[in-house]
Amino acid sequence: MTSTSLWEELVTSALLGTDRRTPPPEAVTPGKDAPTALLDAAALHTVRRRAGLLPAPAAARPEPAPHDARPQLPAPARRRLAQLLTDRSAPSAGGRRGTAPDLTELLPQWLAAANAHEYQAPPSVLPALLDAARARTDLRPQALTFAGPRGLWLARLNPEWKFALRGASGSATLPDVGDPEAVQRLWDEGLFAERVALLAAVRERDAGTALALLAATWSTERAEDRLMFLDSLRTGLTDADEPFLEQALSDRSRNVRATAAELLSALPHSALAGRMAARAASCVSLDRGEGTTGIGVEAPHECDADMQRDGVMPNPPSGRGERSWWLGQLVEAAPLSTWPGRFGGRTAAEIVALPVADGWGDELHAAWCRAAVRQRDAEWSRALLGAPGTPPETSPGTTSLAERAKLLATLPEGERAGWVAEFIAAHGLSEAFQLLGVCAVPWAEPLGRAVVDALDIARDAGSYPWSFSGVMGLAERCLNPGEASRLEILTTTPPETEGASPGAGGYWSEAFQRLVSTLRLRATMAVELR
Amino acid sequence: MNQQGVRWTSEQVLALAPDDASRKAGNRLGTAGPWSGAGSSGSGAVWGLCKGSGSKPYQTVVDTTGPAYKCSCPSRKFPCKHALGLLLLWAADEEAVADSTTPDWAGEWLEGRKKRATDKEQSDAGAEQPAKAGDPEAARRRAERRAARIAAGATELEQRMADLLRGGLASAEQSGYGLWEETAARMVDAQAPGLAGRVRELGAIPGSGPGWPVRLLEECALIHLLDAAWLGIERLPEPLAATVRTRVGLTSPAEGPPVRDHWLILAQYDSSDSKITTRRIWLYGQESGRTALLLSFGAAGRSPQQALPVGLMIDAELTPYAGAGQLRADLGEQFGPPVPIGSPPPGGPAAAAVEAYGRALRDDPWLDSWPVTLSGVIPSPGASPGRHPQAGEGWQLADVEGESALPIAPAALSRPGLWKLAALSGGDPVTVFGECGHQGFTPLAAWSKHAAETVPLI
Repeated sequence: MTSTSLWEELVTSALLGTDRRTPPPEAVTPGKDAPTALLDAAALHTVRRRAGLLPAPAAARPEPAPHDARPQLPAPARRRLAQLLTDRSAPSAGGRRGTAPDLTELLPQWLAAANAHEYQAPPSVLPALLDAARARTDLRPQALTFAGPRGLWLARLNPEWKFALRGASGSATLPDVGDPEAVQRLWDEGLFAERVALLAAVRERDAGTALALLAATWSTERAEDRLMFLDSLRTGLTDADEPFLEQALSDRSRNVRATAAELLSALPHSALAGRMAARAASCVSLDRGEGTTGIGVEAPHECDADMQRDGVMPNPPSGRGERSWWLGQLVEAAPLSTWPGRFGGRTAAEIVALPVADGWGDELHAAWCRAAVRQRDAEWSRALLGAPGTPPETSPGTTSLAERAKLLATLPEGERAGWVAEFIAAHGLSEAFQLLGVCAVPWAEPLGRAVVDALDIARDAGSYPWSFSGVMGLAERCLNPGEASRLEILTTTPPETEGASPGAGGYWSEAFQRLVSTLRLRATMAVELR
Repeated sequence: MNQQGVRWTSEQVLALAPDDASRKAGNRLGTAGPWSGAGSSGSGAVWGLCKGSGSKPYQTVVDTTGPAYKCSCPSRKFPCKHALGLLLLWAADEEAVADSTTPDWAGEWLEGRKKRATDKEQSDAGAEQPAKAGDPEAARRRAERRAARIAAGATELEQRMADLLRGGLASAEQSGYGLWEETAARMVDAQAPGLAGRVRELGAIPGSGPGWPVRLLEECALIHLLDAAWLGIERLPEPLAATVRTRVGLTSPAEGPPVRDHWLILAQYDSSDSKITTRRIWLYGQESGRTALLLSFGAAGRSPQQALPVGLMIDAELTPYAGAGQLRADLGEQFGPPVPIGSPPPGGPAAAAVEAYGRALRDDPWLDSWPVTLSGVIPSPGASPGRHPQAGEGWQLADVEGESALPIAPAALSRPGLWKLAALSGGDPVTVFGECGHQGFTPLAAWSKHAAETVPLI
């Protein structure tokens, strides 16, 4: 009997009991009672088996991860990353309290900074990094860029990190865009995400080549792919793209046509822009009445086939009149340079200030806002935004915060920050959140000062800090870290004044302490990454 | 490097945390915000005041040469979140915790520690003889009485084992934990905690999935072997007799000749049952080539006091215990603060690891695993994505050359450390320290060939 089957006999006897099944005589020492003899034999077998263990046969080994040529993180930054990743659970529902910085909120900033320096992720943090990116979609693009080729390699081994493969823009696997053969091969055989990334990369280097690549396969692409490819022309759009876009105006897919029209209208010298300008100009004119000069509007009476070919949608959403719907689209797509000539050489600001007849003002201004955003026209944006200090209801331009935020985005950074700073000084913080979101980080000095002053005023007014927790959180992430020492004075607890909310002073001091310590930490983080 | 040696890395600090909650809480306190008056001295002391919920800040001091901690907070965790936060700040921010003069409140405790250490040394030097001489006759009689009780316990246990096998292990599946708990309690009464622990573990086997009868028979057989060894201990050679005494639960103080060496701190981890938390710290002596295990214990919910930063190296004396593979030791005097290690311990292929375990079983047949370092192995998650892993197809560590591999022990499969290991390797060979046994290999620390840095896998 082999030792294996002998062992099996022993196990069977043990399982059933030696009273029912005597262990095999050759397995046990004679002269002992059956259970003891069985245990003796089992002990011998167990120790012998363990002592004689052999290694297992090796299964297939994983392919080595691709090489990551990016430089290593400096040691202090490595430690900081480990710290930021240790505490990646969502903040407790009770709101953020206490004086310690919220590390979770700093991770996106840290990742962006590390990527700007083009550092590679230390391998041992990759699992934590992928877990963090799995839990927070907002982290994914930066986290995956940082994780690099080894991160993707690892994600392939664990189904929990599948998202990384879906979201991979393929930047890690792109060929050298200077190698036409490799480019052509990937363009012909690649996955859709890889092809989009390739198109963007080639376009960045040589727009003509990119367009040729796209044109060659255009008619064979699926409609939704055509739409995405067209959309990727949005970055770095130039007049050279016009012939291609003009051709796309007669595409089979309505969405592709509409996108092509939108892109063409963003090119002020395009033929489409010219056609739209003529249409819009025929609807909007200077109206000289008795003693007053204003704008007269005659909305279009029909949406003909040519208008539709140029991207005008004939059917309005429910609740809107057809004619105003068409007018809005015409004005939005017409180059803003049309209007000074139409209005006797007036500037954008003068045009916006003109009264508009028959209640068409809101419609017309809204269309101009969209045009200014689409054409990234700072002068018109300025005019439509109006003065930041004027109460919104008396401003000539738009009053919508969403539109204002978009208009602001077309202004140069410094001017944007200045406008928002004045807006906050005049109107306080309650409406500023959306506008702050479009300001460049770190905030410019006047903006930072305006926010801090407004927070200080809110404290003096006796309210609780959590009414401003959104702005406070933004300030922690966006204020210039250099301001920390200037803010130190705000961290003291003021004496409780009459009429103030009970205990508010202490909470404010805590909130300001957190602000200061977060700024200090951000400053340290930046130094560590250098 | 300043005179207190390098500052630790945050991983090393976080490895000291008794649990995940304190790791997170300490991490949150690892920034300058809540701290004031933080500083460090040239001799390895770090201190600071941490703002808590009350009006008075907590006073936290750490002696990094111990390491030892003191904090005025009421936490029962050890080290507490304040000590961890302070060490993290010290590790990361040289400005926030700069060298300065020790404040009085911290100095008192540090002085006290130094004084106790000196007193202990003197009493160790002076008092050893009289203590042993105490009353040898009474001590001998006490030992005999205990040996007799254990023998009675072992005999009773043998009887129960025999009854069990006569009736069949199948009946153990129905009787559940109760049977074993009662038997274990009898062994505690018999002053044989080692036997009690082994018996208690039997209770979990019938519920442990396919193949349980084999595992139950193996463990019963090893208990029987231990009973038999105890009952015939006078016929055993002394080293084996010492192992048997330790396995039964008779502790004798560490009394081997002290070994001074540069000890690499390879791993530290805790395991706990309802009564006690056991902390294991694995060390490797750079000159002696010896691997040593420091065991320390904490009452339920309290972490053991001893904690060493993984990945550093200490110049220290260890005093080994007798028996049980000669692994266990006590940490004696340390000569200077910990310094970073230069290179991982030397290792071998998979076959050498199972051989080492097999050899160790000769001295201690009750060993579940043996500490080994594998070099040039590639971790692989086995089953390819999308396929269900089949038997024997799970995680393994494969030699870079040849066809041998070690399967990963089932208990280690659920740990996040395995993914860290895979990431570190990236398909290239790495060096891995861990415990190799009949259940498989449990990885505890790893090194890539690109950096000497120790990556803990717990």
